[in-house]
Amino acid sequence: MPDVKMPDVTQLWVYLSATPLLWLFATLAAFALADRLSASFKRHPAANPVLVATIILALLLEVTRTPYTTYFAGAQFVHFMLGPATVALAVPLAKEWRRVKRLAIPITVALLAGSLTAILSAIGIAALLGAPHTVLASLAPKSVTTPIAMGISSIIGGLPSLTATFVVITGILTAIIAGPVFKLIRMKDHAASGFATGLTGHGIGTARAFQDGHIAGTFSGLALALNGVLTSILAPLVMKLWP
Amino acid sequence: MLSAFAVLLGFQLIGEVIARAFHLGIPGPVIGLCLLAIACMINEPLRAFTERAARPLIGTLSLLFLPAAVGVVQFLPVLQKQGWAIGLSILLSTVLALAVTALVFRFVVHHLKLEDRE
Repeated sequence: MPDVKMPDVTQLWVYLSATPLLWLFATLAAFALADRLSASFKRHPAANPVLVATIILALLLEVTRTPYTTYFAGAQFVHFMLGPATVALAVPLAKEWRRVKRLAIPITVALLAGSLTAILSAIGIAALLGAPHTVLASLAPKSVTTPIAMGISSIIGGLPSLTATFVVITGILTAIIAGPVFKLIRMKDHAASGFATGLTGHGIGTARAFQDGHIAGTFSGLALALNGVLTSILAPLVMKLWP
Repeated sequence: MLSAFAVLLGFQLIGEVIARAFHLGIPGPVIGLCLLAIACMINEPLRAFTERAARPLIGTLSLLFLPAAVGVVQFLPVLQKQGWAIGLSILLSTVLALAVTALVFRFVVHHLKLEDRE
């Protein structure tokens, strides 16, 4: 028998877990797996790929006792692409500009109604159930894209990182329940449903809306941008007037 | 494709610079989105050109939220403590915001007779 030394598994793990490669790979692999799973369930809303991949990765971190910061060192390369992807939403918007302009009034009215509903219902229900002020302030901007939401949260006395968590939960939930809700209220207008999905579920909702087509996705991206700006004005006002 | 991607990064960069210079509280990418939309409306070829990078990026949008979503694991203890209040608040608020926004949109479209004829 030749004298082959077994590779030291622990040492290999120590090396791999310190490079961004491992968790970057894990992120892409978990998503690919979740996406195939979602496809095999005929894109059922409950088999949402972001939700499934999040669970896979969370379990993986738990089992390997990997701290989130170590994970993020690898995953940040994927995270970084959110910036250019947000800018990219301008392209479908420019393409559909004539339709957007024609619908300027419904867009404005629905934006005001939706933005206020998202803020007031969240803090109203949580307050009724006895949540403390910090949690209310962290909940208020939950429908807004993460960077704006965290900024708002810190201004109105919330915890920005807790807000980031609420934002993600709201986005995933929106992607899951948007279809059933629109079925319930018999909403077939893709401009209206897309706008509502982006206003409520920011980028994660917008990713879902693009599955319904170009129009739904475009109006979702538009709502994401508009609601981000409006909530940064409304949320501080609401929290100031809140008893 | 790569140069189209550079256009997106360029607009993001301009957005970041404006956001920091004027302390707007609006993230750079959102300002970049608005500026690029305006630029694409003025210049049709720019839109067709940028689309080559925009299309695949938008196609993978769900994946891009994954690193942030996994961050939820850090807050499981807080979520457990305030679980009911938070869970119910987010669930009901999400249903309400979706329904109210879509119905108001639809109502105004119908009321002003702006129906889509395409």
